[in-house]
Amino acid sequence: MKYVEEFRDAEKAKVLLHEIDRLVADIDPPKDRPIAIMEVCGGHTHSIFRYGLEGMLPKEIELVHGPGCPVCVLPMGRVDDCVAIAERPEVILTTFGDAMRVPGSKKSLMQAKADGADVRMVYSPMDALALARKNPDREVVFFAIGFETTIPSTALTILQAKAEGVENFSVFCNHITIVPTIKAILDSPDLQIDGFLGPGHVSMVIGTGPYEFISRHYKRPMVVAGFEPLDILQSLWMVLKQIQEGRSEVENQYARIVPDAGNSAALAALSEVYELREFFEWRGLGSIDHSGVRIRAAYHAFDAEARFATPNVKIADPKSCQCGEVLKGVIKPWQCKVFGTACNPETPLGALMVSSEGACAAYYQYGGVRKREAVS
Amino acid sequence: MNVMPMPRRRAFGHISVPKVTLAHGGGGKAMKDLIDDVFVSAFDNAALAPLEDQARFDLSDLARYGDRLAFTTDSFVVHPLFFPGGDIGKLAVCGTVNDLAVGGAQPLYLSCAAIVEEGVEVDLLRRVAASMAEAARVAGVQIVTGDTKVVQKGACDKIFLTTTGIGVIRANVTLGADRARAGDIVIVNGVLGDHGAAILGARGDMALDSPIESDCAALNGLIDALLGAAPGTRALRDATRGGVATVLNEIAQASGVAIELDERVMPLRAEVRAFCEILGLDPLYLANEGKIVAIVPADEADAALAAVGAHPFGRDAVAIGEVKGGEAGRVTMRTVFGGNRIVDMLVGDQLPRIC
Repeated sequence: MKYVEEFRDAEKAKVLLHEIDRLVADIDPPKDRPIAIMEVCGGHTHSIFRYGLEGMLPKEIELVHGPGCPVCVLPMGRVDDCVAIAERPEVILTTFGDAMRVPGSKKSLMQAKADGADVRMVYSPMDALALARKNPDREVVFFAIGFETTIPSTALTILQAKAEGVENFSVFCNHITIVPTIKAILDSPDLQIDGFLGPGHVSMVIGTGPYEFISRHYKRPMVVAGFEPLDILQSLWMVLKQIQEGRSEVENQYARIVPDAGNSAALAALSEVYELREFFEWRGLGSIDHSGVRIRAAYHAFDAEARFATPNVKIADPKSCQCGEVLKGVIKPWQCKVFGTACNPETPLGALMVSSEGACAAYYQYGGVRKREAVS
Repeated sequence: MNVMPMPRRRAFGHISVPKVTLAHGGGGKAMKDLIDDVFVSAFDNAALAPLEDQARFDLSDLARYGDRLAFTTDSFVVHPLFFPGGDIGKLAVCGTVNDLAVGGAQPLYLSCAAIVEEGVEVDLLRRVAASMAEAARVAGVQIVTGDTKVVQKGACDKIFLTTTGIGVIRANVTLGADRARAGDIVIVNGVLGDHGAAILGARGDMALDSPIESDCAALNGLIDALLGAAPGTRALRDATRGGVATVLNEIAQASGVAIELDERVMPLRAEVRAFCEILGLDPLYLANEGKIVAIVPADEADAALAAVGAHPFGRDAVAIGEVKGGEAGRVTMRTVFGGNRIVDMLVGDQLPRIC
């Protein structure tokens, strides 16, 4: 496949790994621990495990798998609300595939479907709108999750629905934004992260500007990274280079996709339809100020939260869960008390075991071979 | 199990209405007409003739093929019923033929039980039955008994099929998932994931320019060739639901060995690769309906590859990995990028990723 294979070249990887080794040898490591670099985005976590990158890196580097898996960080209360909407007889609930398995306090959408709810998997919110046109006697609700990567597509779908006057379509909005979350992680007192790989697809929408505070205020390097394995290695090299030279800047490795200014058309659609919430609840991280968006009053008619009554109950994470500490790099997934025992992909307790992009699920499924050996 | 009532000298019953109703499941003339019209006329063969509640086989006749019986059953509930490269009928015959063949058996006789939803077009049933008959002819097996039930609308999705098969295992052939040994070679007979991708594509949710065809095929001929060339073959499995990854995990666990795969040689059609890239699916877990995983001793690997590669269903055969003595039950893969990862069992279905 053109423009894909080139970024999976094992020979080039060897060269980069050699350069990474040389850089690491030249860096004074933090006391008592390896250099910790967080990949914010779940897509990066997926690639890291998919290609076995962790085992290829020198032991002085520790990858911390961040909060950027939108499926994982969805709190149980919101899933309960979604299930309640899905269980209304007039509703066709549409969702991305991997949101089907996210557990609520009583059931997931997949279990609700088994109990008779009309839950359908779609590949785009536009598919949900098409379903609404085809079923004028039903209420079609799209379960909107995701960061800035997916927000513009639901915004455009709502704009389209309004333009066409489709009245039986609405969006249950659980969109979240990445920047306040990175800030929340940086503000935590037990933080042990020396640099960041920035989310590539989010940045394609928002650009690189919003990350400036990370380098300026928190003095941490941030490199916006692509998703192919060579992208990730090169980005790691760029972070290490900054550390070695004592710089902390926002750099853009993924310039073939990410313009520094972002995508103005997408941003315009986003701010036309959505506004920031005061706060939003995250699984594993708790409530974070201004970390979610809601549908503006002008598009009230397409807001499923306004259209349907929901239980709207906050469900606390199980006490045994240590997702927050994993997210902040304080412990590794397999150091959590319930990893692989009470919490596993079949019956996930914590956020990070939910989707294949979650750090714990990724460890469980793909296993950083070297790391697992160290444990067993 | 009811026998297909096929009196030799009476004319086949015929259905003149376009759709199946509950009357066709009532046990009376309407049911006989349905069975005659749709199934018996399609499966017509000498072994099916006697009007008994069971098909009967001569033991001495069976014994010509080997010294043990193999017996298997499988149900088929695919949606859509017709897809590029096959349909539920072809699938039902090939699936059961393959389940027998991977045990080292010569597949001989199949049953066909159909659960039909009222309101289904009779023509659709005729097409399914014709497809089964053709698949059976190609595979060299006979469908010798069967049953039909009609259920209310909504109680099933148009048609569910169950086929049960009997085969005879060749003398001196013993295959088992527990027989893999360190040093053995893992062989597949061609590109992986075609069936799973074809079904997902045929559901129409993804607009594909060029449809991916299912690999649905009866592999008894290919397995004959393989066992002829590599009589020491340890284990054979057809890599259906759960794909190659699941089968290899089962073998690694049963044999108490590790298996190491090489992603660089993994045979994949370009369309399937692209399909998986877009949806975030792993082709190792996609279903196949015409692919086997063979574990063969290293000294027979070349002969096995040559024999499988010479068969029409094995042209892209390749060794994808090796059995190792490492941690029992662990399947790993050296990635195209040079890293290693674990290839574990999936918990449920693969679901497309959000981003």
